[in-house]
Amino acid sequence: MKTLSLNESLNKLLARMNNDPNVLGMLFMLPASVMLLVFLTYPLGLGFWLGLTDTKIGREGVFVGLDNYESLFGDSVFWLSVFNTVFYTAVASVSKFGLGLWLALLLNQNIVFKSFIRAVLLLPWIVPTTLSAIAFWWIFDSQFSIISWVLTEWGLISKNINFLGEPWAARWSVIVANVWRGIPFVAISLLAGLQTISPSLYEAATIDGASRWQLFRHVTYPLLTPIVAIVMTFSVLFTFTDFQLIYVITRGGPFNATHLMATLSFQRAIPGGHLAEGAAIAMAMIPFLVAAILISFWGLQKRQWQQGAKD
Amino acid sequence: MSVNVEQSSQNEHQEGMDYLMTRRHKFWTIYLPLVGFGFILLFPFYWMTVTSFKANDDLYNYEKSNPFWVVSPTLNNIKKLLYDTSYPEWLWNTLVVSVSATFISLFASVLAAYAIERLRFKGSRWVGLAIYGAYLVPPSILFIPLATMVFKLGLFDTRLALILTYPTFLIPFCTWLLMGYFRSIPYELEECALIDGATRWQILAKIILPLAVPGLISAGIFAFTLSWNEFIYALTFVSSSELKSIPVGVITELVEGDVYHWGSLMAGALLGSVPVAVMYSFFVEYYVAGMTGAVKE
Repeated sequence: MKTLSLNESLNKLLARMNNDPNVLGMLFMLPASVMLLVFLTYPLGLGFWLGLTDTKIGREGVFVGLDNYESLFGDSVFWLSVFNTVFYTAVASVSKFGLGLWLALLLNQNIVFKSFIRAVLLLPWIVPTTLSAIAFWWIFDSQFSIISWVLTEWGLISKNINFLGEPWAARWSVIVANVWRGIPFVAISLLAGLQTISPSLYEAATIDGASRWQLFRHVTYPLLTPIVAIVMTFSVLFTFTDFQLIYVITRGGPFNATHLMATLSFQRAIPGGHLAEGAAIAMAMIPFLVAAILISFWGLQKRQWQQGAKD
Repeated sequence: MSVNVEQSSQNEHQEGMDYLMTRRHKFWTIYLPLVGFGFILLFPFYWMTVTSFKANDDLYNYEKSNPFWVVSPTLNNIKKLLYDTSYPEWLWNTLVVSVSATFISLFASVLAAYAIERLRFKGSRWVGLAIYGAYLVPPSILFIPLATMVFKLGLFDTRLALILTYPTFLIPFCTWLLMGYFRSIPYELEECALIDGATRWQILAKIILPLAVPGLISAGIFAFTLSWNEFIYALTFVSSSELKSIPVGVITELVEGDVYHWGSLMAGALLGSVPVAVMYSFFVEYYVAGMTGAVKE
């Protein structure tokens, strides 16, 4: 008798839970939020804390305040990595945007085998970056580079280019590899945006006597801005925090010339054992990322306001 | 009749203003640049393939024969990779980790996306934004604190460490993608089922999920590809050779000291790329939908 009433009340509770969106919502959110709180939010805070301690591998650290940041402030290698990261991100993102937009505009034309071409051109983005980076490593080899060989055959250079052995050559080489990998993502995303623009707008503008450049500048560009902002935010974010390409192709060399903040942080924390210093470098990336996100968000808002959206 | 008219007018629209371009003009402004893009984007793969079938003599001697072609193809590099290294084990590890992480993420993401998009609980909008924010946190910021956590939990050098950490970047992505798909399913269907007395679980399992299959496939193959390609966690959390994933194994085990075995390196890169490339070729449309869907929101 007693168990029955307990059962009944349990059933009632279950029924109420099944109908209350708040209770049910909490229940549905449980797996995702537990995973994210434990393995994303907590480590983020832990990283911040580690940056304020002197933890090393195998040794608990104690709180040392801003010591790590102070020593980084006077560390020329750190500043070199900041410069490299900003340079790498800026050049690579601008090139990816330019070339990606061009490719998207080409693919948006009426061409034969369109979906096949699109599928093939997306390959660099699908294949594991580390593995395609190995191919670039071999292409940029100091002795057996195929680029050097071709240029020598054509009589353009007399001795092999030392792609990865000199600071600026190495910087440009890794940027080329990054742009190569990023073009398909930018192009296909922008293509999706282009396909939402109605052809009748172009027809109307052409009848009004617009040139091809004017078509692009006054029809395509304004309608594409929102998606450009989002795609480029992602692109900037992932380029800024890039690790794999550099780790595989140069490991930060020659003379730290290609060390990005992410690779330097790995270098100091894992092989070097200074977890705290690595965490501090990683934390130093956050202001840049927040700035990038805010700029694109601000651009989006402004554009929406110009286009007459209510706020 | 009216259907025909509509179709033909649509066809006209699809062609757009194409008729304004001559064929020659089109060749110079469209096909030629496309061929250029194609050459640059695909050359590394071609080079990878050619190198992995070359014998060592040809590999390091460009004078003897044209380097762009394989004169005497050999399977030695691939054989060496499969029998003299732990490559088969790496393949197995990558597969196990990717599949497990994908399923965990899909399960959590389906529930979360449904809750945010359809249950409309208090604060669901903010939770949705928080998920989006989580997607913007890059692994290169998280790997150091995660490494200390993995170590303390006793998970260092296990596959479980990767299976548990990969969902941190998979769940936000999948949830965001699935939210878009769920949004496109008419609300009326759910209301009908609610009136007929279905519970939310039944609605999710019997109405929403069957309709969201394309979205699930998109999210699934995307999550699989992202896990297959992951590098920094796999590099940091695993150290014994037989537990490594393909990207990490190829980079750390095939390069010893100053001796680079380019032939086997390229063979490793090629064989590691083939599974994703094959899967990709079957699901191209889903990839494109997933990629653009996640960006468009």
